[in-house]
Amino acid sequence: MTVPVRLFGHRLTLPALIGLIIILVNVAAAVGAPVIAPFDQADIVGDAYADPDPQHVLGLDNLGRDLFSRLVYGARMSIGLALIITCLSFGLGVTAGFAAAVLRGWADVLLSRLVDLLLSMPTLIFAFVVLSVLGTALPVLVVTIAVLDAPKVFRLSRALAMNIGALEYVEVARLRGEGLWWVIRHEILPNAAAPLLAEFGLRFSFAFLFIAALSFLGIGVQPPAADWGSMVRDYRDMINLDAMAPLYPAGAIAILTIGVSFVVDWMLAIHARGQGEGA
Amino acid sequence: MNGRRMGEEVLEVAGLRVVARGVGTVLVDDVGFALRRGEVVGLIGESGAGKSTVGLAILGYTRPGCAIEGGRILFQGRDIRAMTPPERRALRGASIAYIAQSAAASFNPAMTLFEQISEIPVRHRLMTPAAAKVEAIRLFSELELPDPERFGDRYPHQVSGGQLQRAMAAMAMAAKPDILVFDEPTTALDVTTQVEVLAAFRNLIREHGTAAVYITHDLAVVAQIADHIMVLRHGRTVEHGTADQILREPREPYTRHLVAERLAPHRYRADIVGGEPPLLELQDVVASYHTLPRVIDGVTLDVRRGDTVAVVGESGSGKSTLARVITGLLPREAGAIRFRGETLPPRLRERSRDQLRRVQMIYQMPDVALNSCQTLYEIIGRPVRFYFGRPRAQVRARVRELLALMDLPADFIDRTPPELSGGQKQRVGIARALAAEPDLIICDEVTSALDQLVGEEILGLLRRLQDELGVAYLFITHDLGTVKRIANKVAVMLKGRLVAAGDTARVFAPPLHPYTELLLASVPEMRRDWLDEALVGRQRTVAAVRNAQIELAQ
Repeated sequence: MTVPVRLFGHRLTLPALIGLIIILVNVAAAVGAPVIAPFDQADIVGDAYADPDPQHVLGLDNLGRDLFSRLVYGARMSIGLALIITCLSFGLGVTAGFAAAVLRGWADVLLSRLVDLLLSMPTLIFAFVVLSVLGTALPVLVVTIAVLDAPKVFRLSRALAMNIGALEYVEVARLRGEGLWWVIRHEILPNAAAPLLAEFGLRFSFAFLFIAALSFLGIGVQPPAADWGSMVRDYRDMINLDAMAPLYPAGAIAILTIGVSFVVDWMLAIHARGQGEGA
Repeated sequence: MNGRRMGEEVLEVAGLRVVARGVGTVLVDDVGFALRRGEVVGLIGESGAGKSTVGLAILGYTRPGCAIEGGRILFQGRDIRAMTPPERRALRGASIAYIAQSAAASFNPAMTLFEQISEIPVRHRLMTPAAAKVEAIRLFSELELPDPERFGDRYPHQVSGGQLQRAMAAMAMAAKPDILVFDEPTTALDVTTQVEVLAAFRNLIREHGTAAVYITHDLAVVAQIADHIMVLRHGRTVEHGTADQILREPREPYTRHLVAERLAPHRYRADIVGGEPPLLELQDVVASYHTLPRVIDGVTLDVRRGDTVAVVGESGSGKSTLARVITGLLPREAGAIRFRGETLPPRLRERSRDQLRRVQMIYQMPDVALNSCQTLYEIIGRPVRFYFGRPRAQVRARVRELLALMDLPADFIDRTPPELSGGQKQRVGIARALAAEPDLIICDEVTSALDQLVGEEILGLLRRLQDELGVAYLFITHDLGTVKRIANKVAVMLKGRLVAAGDTARVFAPPLHPYTELLLASVPEMRRDWLDEALVGRQRTVAAVRNAQIELAQ
């Protein structure tokens, strides 16, 4: 089931193409929010709970704000945050993971035990504690989630680097007298890129859902800024009024997660194929 | 022989065509042969010739992504292709059984051998578990496995590689199949083990009158066991005839080439005379892994400029570890290693860049020895930049020069390893080693992952480079054929010690050390009666080796 479109030199499958379109639409909405959204996310433009009309395609919310505009701004906040968090957790996790694998010895033991410690704590409760104490400013939120996520990235990158480090081309580089940084940069990283990229997509989805969960609990993104998780929380009572309001942000979360998963699956499949004998 | 008539035709394959789905590459085209009861057909060819594909097709099976597109596979007159999946399942294992190259990968490590061997007859309801066990014990004793009554209680990791390969034959025979398909069953074994396993297989086939298809790349192996030989190349039949005809009077040029290559006379290279000090000197070198003490135990060896010193031995003899000790990957515990007169530090990290440059390595598996994310320019150019610090343009020119020296086209410079064939990749590995302009190249089994003819080309290339550049080789190999052709000196290793060392002609001429004799006597020859002769002399040699080992230990 492939379509005649290529990405990174590999043919896209139909689900991967759908996933890619979903991601592109969402990213476009996030980037172009001020242009696309007819109103600002905090503006009260009419009566609360107003039904959809040509100016307000999805209707108005409990305070009279335009739902469609908030959905678009929500994409900006949710996707933006998730992306920053994932990049941060990858920066931390990959660096520490590769260093542990290549250095071995006490560095590996220290890092691995620290990671075990972090992994042993339930993430949601840990985040709850930290955010209650330090407040819910966005930088705190971002760093907290990134630190909680980094151990999982560490585990993967350490395992990958261990496997690649045992191959003969890495031995050749060591025999040549290459330094640690060169070996990581030129021999290990390019060969670990495919699985790391796939993991990136997966972690992105998780970060995204995690923010939604925290926002739903009231310790994530604070009003009046719109993000999909807090929108679900704010509008959950509107379901009693026969309104679709909470379903839009919930649907957006679901669709983007599915889209990312499709693309990740496709990447993982390519990677698995590459692992076969020879080329 | 429970009513089976000898000579009755059990299998007929005609016009077999197998393709890779999607891309449409034809893997096997128009292959056909007939198999009678008690007869063995040998399928010979290089990798990619379609031998295994034909072997699997006999079971009505293809690898994932492939499909049998044409032809007939008649088993006792019934076309396997036309059968329903349950019918085919009833056939596999019970009537047609398969023996794979790697027994270690084919056994479940969590089940005992008995459980796995009786699985087929019990599942197919051919025998009760008790009867299957009796049958398994009988097969174990036929295959000359030690302590047949209790052998099956062991787990796969508790027996040796050769024993496991025989256990696999027992598993295949358990349901008394009509046809056995052997797919390179001795290729992964040591040469001395191969003889025993080969003899066990042959006896099994003869006593049960089973028909067999024997797939291998080694003509000398198939000469011992097959009645008919079919030569395959690029999925097509090159030649098909009786074993005697193929071995003695091959008709097709390709077959003649294969036979001639195997029969090529060995010219022992004369020792290089010269008073200069040795390039590399090892003196009483000892090395251990944490779990295994003294893997290298008191090795003393000299390599002179222009020498090709072969280190031979079976797996586990410590020959690859010796290379790791010389390069400093595994620090030596005791003894001295001198290179150009100066002592090399034990650890890699303590060696100077110049010391590292002068010793290079070439590996067995070019697939994992080359980083598939880099272009040949990066792979070969890196040592040039790293050791000589030349500017980019000069590095590129040097890489082109090295490619030309390897007989590789200059436009390969921007390709990556996955775009090359196995032999081409190995040439890139050699080019990378030469880029450092070394004095010594350690070659670790450089031809054993390659096809016979490709391996010959690589050996020829290495020899030519030695003549042109005067580089010395330390050649680690288990293949005595290679040793005889390329090495002027040889060192025979057994359990971490050198049992014989010196000029090849002297080490391989009487009086032989018993272990050298055993190794030499285990290399299959192209004569059809070789196996019988080899088995006769064997017991005495094995006993002598055992005594020698006891002496060594004391």
